[in-house]
Amino acid sequence: MYRGDFALGTLMRFLPIVTQIFLWWAIFDTIGGAEPGNAAVAGYSFHNVVAYYLLSMVSRAFSSMPGLASGIALQIRNGEVKKYLVQPVDLLGFLLLTRVAHKLAYYSVAALPFALVFFLCQRFFVGPWPDGLQWTCFVLALLLSFLLGFFLEACIGLLGFWFLEVSSLLFVYMLFNFFLSGHMFPLDMVPQPWHAIVDLLPLKYLAYYPAAVLLGKVPRDHLVGGLLSQCVWVVVFIVLARVMFRRGVRRYAGYGG
Amino acid sequence: MAIIELQQLSKSYWVYQKREGVRASLRSLFRRDYRAVHAVRGIDLTVEQGEFVAFLGPNGAGKTTTLKLLSGVLTPTAGQARVMQHVPWKRENAYRRRFALVMGQKNQLWWDLPAQESFRLHQHIYRIDRAQFRQTLDELTVLLGVTKLLQQPVRELSLGERMKMELIAALLHSPEVLFLDEPTIGLDVVAQHNIQRFLKYYQQKRRITILLTSHYMKDVSALCKRVVIIADGRIHYDGSLSGIVDRFSGHKIVTLQLAEGQDPTHLDRFGSVVEVEPPKARLRVERRRVPAVMAALLNAYAVEDVAVEDPPLEEVIAEVFLQADDAAAAAATAALPAGPR
Repeated sequence: MYRGDFALGTLMRFLPIVTQIFLWWAIFDTIGGAEPGNAAVAGYSFHNVVAYYLLSMVSRAFSSMPGLASGIALQIRNGEVKKYLVQPVDLLGFLLLTRVAHKLAYYSVAALPFALVFFLCQRFFVGPWPDGLQWTCFVLALLLSFLLGFFLEACIGLLGFWFLEVSSLLFVYMLFNFFLSGHMFPLDMVPQPWHAIVDLLPLKYLAYYPAAVLLGKVPRDHLVGGLLSQCVWVVVFIVLARVMFRRGVRRYAGYGG
Repeated sequence: MAIIELQQLSKSYWVYQKREGVRASLRSLFRRDYRAVHAVRGIDLTVEQGEFVAFLGPNGAGKTTTLKLLSGVLTPTAGQARVMQHVPWKRENAYRRRFALVMGQKNQLWWDLPAQESFRLHQHIYRIDRAQFRQTLDELTVLLGVTKLLQQPVRELSLGERMKMELIAALLHSPEVLFLDEPTIGLDVVAQHNIQRFLKYYQQKRRITILLTSHYMKDVSALCKRVVIIADGRIHYDGSLSGIVDRFSGHKIVTLQLAEGQDPTHLDRFGSVVEVEPPKARLRVERRRVPAVMAALLNAYAVEDVAVEDPPLEEVIAEVFLQADDAAAAAATAALPAGPR
């Protein structure tokens, strides 16, 4: 029904990457050539950067949840959330399943253009082919990033029980997300002491981490530990979302929908 | 065993008060004014299995709040309620599978999808087995005459068709108790009539218990033997529809047709004049004075025809609402703290 929207939306996903690649091309051009092995910024050559963007795009395909937080807040504000109180269905579980279905449906079709782009850009993937451990950790990190993205945004949406309007808050979150998840640039480029802080935050798992795993930027003996701390973050946000939902509903039922 | 039991059920909440003007807006950034709304104040009600009960009352009387309390959307401030032995606001799945709430235009259907898909979703949410689901759906769509509309996106349905779909969605899991909040609001006469006929048939066939709120007296008189008048959060009347007139109206309407040449002035000696349109006149007469007034009228005028009737139900109910309003206003004034503020 929405074929036009789908085609255009998929196309637009690649557009920012193209502009970013041109930007980095210009940067590397000024500091010493865009050929592999020449210049490097924080250990990234130009080819590395392009490969990073392509892979972080894959991470974001899993972790980004367009409209989730604002959708939840809207449902709270216009009273649609009542549906989940009256019917024997859990709001968070229901939305999670909807997201899984949406991602599956979308990317089973969008996989084709994605594959094409990776095929065309394969010369940017320099260095050794990732081994089994890296691949496993990459896939697990992607799945966890989906859960993390979902419950993190769900928490923001659930704030709607207290504030009714969360759009400016969401904007701030998006801004932080943009810089601190690695969406804008590889997080290795963040100077100290900021790097240490960014490293402690959960946002890096949304874009940077899976890409870094596959590109070999994460030391091998840190791979399992990294995944574990990602697991911890996922659990933290699942629990937080649950608690917020329970309290929010209690407040909603107390103050009158 | 009563299927619904309410004891002293009350619900109050605080609503934010916003005053007009920029200064007030700035002030409200730091200090907010709230006002307590007592939506429901101590309602006692018992409903037996298979009853069809109407809640009548002005806007803001507490009808919808009561339905929300009974369906577990709200937690009461005080009092108790049991519906089929469940406490509604515990929201147990065992309870939620046994009732349904339909709130006017608030749709449980997916706007962009055909109703059929929303029904399938309900099948899974309520865990209805496939054969049962097909049978119920076929029955309901045939009864409501919407079989051909199942494949059409909901947003392209008319208001009446959408309401029918809402009803189907609510009844798919064969609820034993149904709460209907203004099911015919905004519908044309034919659509209203269709929904009424369907509800009546379905309720009688399945012997389910229905609580309905409505502003249309037609809905109420067509469907409900029992009427509960709620105004200002309290129950003012609980009984049959016709009983309302006996209970609340101390008046009868006397319609006279005078013979030619009679002057219908000075009628106000006998009662308050509703309208005069010679040779016809209508009078409101206190009920206990009706025999005496009739005798006097027949004496004073040459009368061709006469009718003594109860006042229209709508009027009586409007009067009850007004009285309740006045009582509430008086109570509110009395409750204000004395002295200058």
